[in-house]
Amino acid sequence: MTLTWYLVLAAILFTIGAVGVLVRRNAIVVFMCVELMLNSVNLTLVTFARAHGTVDGQIMAFFVMVVAAAEVVVGLAIIMSIYRTRRSASVDDANLLKY
Amino acid sequence: MPADGLLAASWLLIALPLAGAAVLLLGGRRTDRWGHLLGTATVVASFVIGLLCTFQLAGLEEKSVGVDLFTFISAGSLDVRAGLLYDPLSAVFVLLITGVGSLIHIYSIGYMAHDPGRRRFFAYLNLFIAAMLLLVLGNSFVALYVGWEGVGLASYLLIAFWYTRPAAATAAKKAFIMNRVGDVGLTLAIFLMFSQLGTTSYSGVFGSVGTLAGGTVTALGLLLLLGACGKSGQFPLQAWLPDAMEGPTPVSALIHAATMVTAGVYLIVRSQFIFEYTSDARLAVAIIGTITLLMGAWIGCAKDDIKKVLAGSTMSQIGYMILAAGLGVFGYAFAIFHLLMHGFFKANMFLGAGSVMHGTNDDVNMRHYGALRKAMPVTFITFAMGYLAIIGFPGFDGFWSKDKIIETALSQNLTLGLCALLGAGVTGFYMTRLMLLTFFTKERWEPDVHPHESPKVMTVPLMVLAALSLLGGLVLLNDWIVTFLSPVTGEAPHEDPPLPALAISAIAVIVVAIGVALAWFLVGKREVSRTAPEKVSVFTAAGRNDLYGDAFNDLVIVEPGKSFTGGLAAFDRGTVDGGFEGTGRALSGLSGALRLAQNGFVRSYALSLLAGAALVLLALVVVNLA
Amino acid sequence: MTQTLGGGETVVFWVLGPIALAGALGMVLSRNAVHSALWLVNTMLSFGVFYVVQEAPFLGAVQIIVYTGAIMILFLFVLMLVGRDSSDSVVETLRGQRIAAIILGIGFAGLVGAGIAEATRDLPVTGLDGAQGGAGNIPAIAELLFTRYLLAFEVTSALLITAAVGAMVLAHIEREPGSRRSQKELSRARFLTDRPGTLPGPGVFARADSVAVPAILPDGRPAEDSLATGLEPQEPDQMPRPTGREQLGSPDAALGTLDPAPLDPAARDGGDR
Repeated sequence: MTLTWYLVLAAILFTIGAVGVLVRRNAIVVFMCVELMLNSVNLTLVTFARAHGTVDGQIMAFFVMVVAAAEVVVGLAIIMSIYRTRRSASVDDANLLKY
Repeated sequence: MPADGLLAASWLLIALPLAGAAVLLLGGRRTDRWGHLLGTATVVASFVIGLLCTFQLAGLEEKSVGVDLFTFISAGSLDVRAGLLYDPLSAVFVLLITGVGSLIHIYSIGYMAHDPGRRRFFAYLNLFIAAMLLLVLGNSFVALYVGWEGVGLASYLLIAFWYTRPAAATAAKKAFIMNRVGDVGLTLAIFLMFSQLGTTSYSGVFGSVGTLAGGTVTALGLLLLLGACGKSGQFPLQAWLPDAMEGPTPVSALIHAATMVTAGVYLIVRSQFIFEYTSDARLAVAIIGTITLLMGAWIGCAKDDIKKVLAGSTMSQIGYMILAAGLGVFGYAFAIFHLLMHGFFKANMFLGAGSVMHGTNDDVNMRHYGALRKAMPVTFITFAMGYLAIIGFPGFDGFWSKDKIIETALSQNLTLGLCALLGAGVTGFYMTRLMLLTFFTKERWEPDVHPHESPKVMTVPLMVLAALSLLGGLVLLNDWIVTFLSPVTGEAPHEDPPLPALAISAIAVIVVAIGVALAWFLVGKREVSRTAPEKVSVFTAAGRNDLYGDAFNDLVIVEPGKSFTGGLAAFDRGTVDGGFEGTGRALSGLSGALRLAQNGFVRSYALSLLAGAALVLLALVVVNLA
Repeated sequence: MTQTLGGGETVVFWVLGPIALAGALGMVLSRNAVHSALWLVNTMLSFGVFYVVQEAPFLGAVQIIVYTGAIMILFLFVLMLVGRDSSDSVVETLRGQRIAAIILGIGFAGLVGAGIAEATRDLPVTGLDGAQGGAGNIPAIAELLFTRYLLAFEVTSALLITAAVGAMVLAHIEREPGSRRSQKELSRARFLTDRPGTLPGPGVFARADSVAVPAILPDGRPAEDSLATGLEPQEPDQMPRPTGREQLGSPDAALGTLDPAPLDPAARDGGDR
C-alpha cells in the first residue's frame, strides 16, 4: 500500500461532500457536507506533510480546522436567524435574491 | 482713398438707426410714447448726414472713399475687415434709402397711430434702415452679406408684424425661406471668391477677377444672380413678393417696393466687374429680368387686390432694372436710374394705396372702391403723379428711365427690347385699370365705409414723393446721373440705336397709349361688378394664381422634398434606429434568457461551481497527461 | 526511500477507510439530520485515527476533541433548536439537480482520483523524523506555529473572536426595553376578544373524532372555528366508520347516558326547552 490511497480516499470523500452540498436541502446537513470536504482536504495536507517530511502541512491542516470552527459558528448562527424569521432550514426557501 | 471730414464719420449713417432700433427694442413699453419720434429722427438725421457726405463726395477728385473700421473676421488666411465704401453708387442708394425712408417714417406716424405695436414697428423699420445702409455701404461682399441678411430679418419681422394673422405669419415664413434659397447662391459666390481669389473685398475682387477661368467667372455671376433673384423677387424665386403685402402698407412701400427688393439690382451693378468678364451670365441676367417683367405685368393685370397689383408692378419694374443691368456697361447706369425713379413713384403709389385703405377701413379690394377722387383729392392727385410716372407719361420719371432701358435693350438685343416694349404697354393697361377702379367709375363702397382724406402727416410725404415723381427725371439732365455713376458703372462706348432715340420714345408712348386706351374700353366704359367674375379666361386665372408659382414650387420642390425627407425618416427609423434598437433588443433578450439562470437557488449556483471546477480539472488533466 | 507502508498501517487503512467512506455516504443519504450528524462523527473519528497513524498525533487529538467533540455537538444543538424532525422530503424540487450532481460528482471524483493516482505514483514516504529533529510532533508544531506562522496564528485568534462576536450578534434577539408584556396585560387582552377561553379541539363533545366534524360548544352549537379552513363540515352520522365500530354501536349507544345532541341549533331551539 502507498500514500496514494490516502489521497484517493480524500478525493472520494471530498466529492461525496460536494455532491451532498448539491443534493441536500437541509442547511445543517449542507453544512456537514462542507465540513466533510474540509476534512478530506485536511487528510490530503497531512498525507503530503508526511510524504515530503515537513510539518508545515500539519500546520495548514491546523489552520483549516480553526477557520472551519469559526465558519461553523457563524454559519450556524446564520441558519438560526434564518430559521427564526422563515421557519425553515431549507436552503431552497432562501431564494429571494433572484431575477 | 481714405476718408476725411464728414465722410470719415459715415459710419454714423448706420449707427444712428441701429441705436434707434436698440433703444426702442430694449427700452420696452416706457418708450411707447415717444418711440416713433425717435425712430423718425434717427432716419432723418441719417438722411442729412448722407446728403452732406454726398456733397462732399461730389467735390472730390477721386470719387471713391473708404472708411476702415475694424477687423471683422480673422482666421488663418481669411482676414475680413469691416469697412465702408462711399462712392457714387452707395451715395445714390444712401439718399434713396434715407430719403424715402424718412418720408415713410413720417407717413407711418399717422398710418400706425392707432396700432398698439407702433413702437415695435418703428424699431423694426430702424433696424431695416441700418441693415440696408450696411448693405450698400459695406466695402466687401461679406459686409454686404451681413446687411443682406439683416434686411432679410427685418423684412421677415415686418411682414409678420401682425403675427396673429395666420396669413401674415405664413407669408413671412414663405418670404424668409425663399430668400434663404437666394442667400445660398450669394453665400456660395462669396465662398467661391474666397477659395479662388483669397479675398472678398470689392477692390480685391476687382483687381484679381481677371485671372479666373471663364467658367468660374460665369459660375460666380450665376450664383450672384441667384442671390439677386431671391432678394428682388425675380423669376424663379418670385412667389414670395405678392404674399409679402400682408405686412403694413408702409412696409410694402419701403421694403417691398422702394429699397430692399432693389438690393438684387445693387448686387449686380456692384459686381459689374465680375459680370464684365462673362457675357453668358450677363445674358442670363437680362433674360431673367425680361421674364420677370412680363410675369409681373401679367399678374398685375389679373389681381383685384390693390397692393397685389402694385406688387406685380414692382416685380415688373425690377425686371426692367435687372434687364438693364444684364445689358452690361450700357445699362448699369440706367438700371440705377430707373431704380431711383421707381423708388420715388412706387413708394408714392404704395403710400397712396395705404392712404386709400386708411380711408376705407383697410379694404384692399379695388372692386369695393370707385370714385374716390372726390373723397380723397390729395391722395388722388399724388397717386396720379405716380401713375403717370410709372406708365412713362412724357415728362414724368418713368418716361425718362424706362425709355432709356427700352432704347438700350433694343439696341443690344432686339428680342429683349421688344419684350420690354410690350411690358411697357401692359404696364399702361394694368395701372390705368387700377386708377379707373379706384378713383373713377361708380361708387362701389361697402355700406359702412365713409372714405375720407388722410391726416397731414400722411399726405405731406405723399406730396413730396409726388413732386419727386414729377421732377426726379431732372437728374438725367445733361446725363448728370450717368456721369456721376460712371466711376462705378464704367463709361459706355457710344452706339447708335437702330432708330433715333426720339422715334423709340414715340413708339414707347404709342404702345403705352394703346394699353391705356384698352384699359379705358375694357374697364372704364363698362359696369364694374363688386365681385370678381368667376368665368374668366385661362390667362386671367393664371394671373390671379401668380402664374402658378406656388403650385410649381409645391410640385417641383416641396412635394419631392417631403417624400425625400419622408424616405430619409423611414430609413432612419427602419434601418438606423432598427439596427441600434435591434442590437439592444437582441442583447436584452439574451440577457433575459441568461437571467433565468439566476434562480435564487443556492444549490444551482453550487452546481455550476462544481461544473466549473470539474472543467478546470479536466483541462489540467488533459494538458498534463496528454 | 521507501514508498510502501507498513503492514499495520495497511490494515488500519483498509478497515477505517471503508468506515469513513460509509460514514460519508450515510451522511449524504440519510433523511434524518441527526442520523447524518452521527454518520459524520463516524467519518471524523476515522480521520482522527488516520492523523495519528500518519505521524500527526496532535492533529488527531484535535480532530477528535474539537471536531468530533465540540463542532459536531454544536451541530446537534442547532439541530435540536431548529427541530429534530425537519427531515428532507425525498422529492427533488430543482429539475435535473440530482442527476447533474451525481454525474458531475462521479466525473469529478474520477478526474481527481485518476489525476492524483497518476501524479503521485512514486510518492515517497519521507517521514517526519528529520523535520521534527527527535523532539516529537507537538514541540515541532509549536515551534513552527510560534515562529514562522506567528502572524497567521495571531490573525486566526482575531478571526475566532470575530466569529464569536458575529455569532452572538446574529443569534441575539433584540427586544425593545419594556416591550415584554406582563401576564396581567396578556390576560386582559385575551378577555377583550370574542372568545376568552381556548379554542375547542376538533370533535370535542362530538360523536366522532374526525377533523371534519366540528366541535360542539357546551350549549350544543357546532363551533365553526374549530375546523380548519377549507374543510367541509360533516355530519358524524354520515361519515364512514370502521367496521368494528358498527358492531359496538354508536358511541352514544355505548355511553347510554347522554341525550343525542342535535347538531342543528335551529331544531334544538324549536324544542320545548
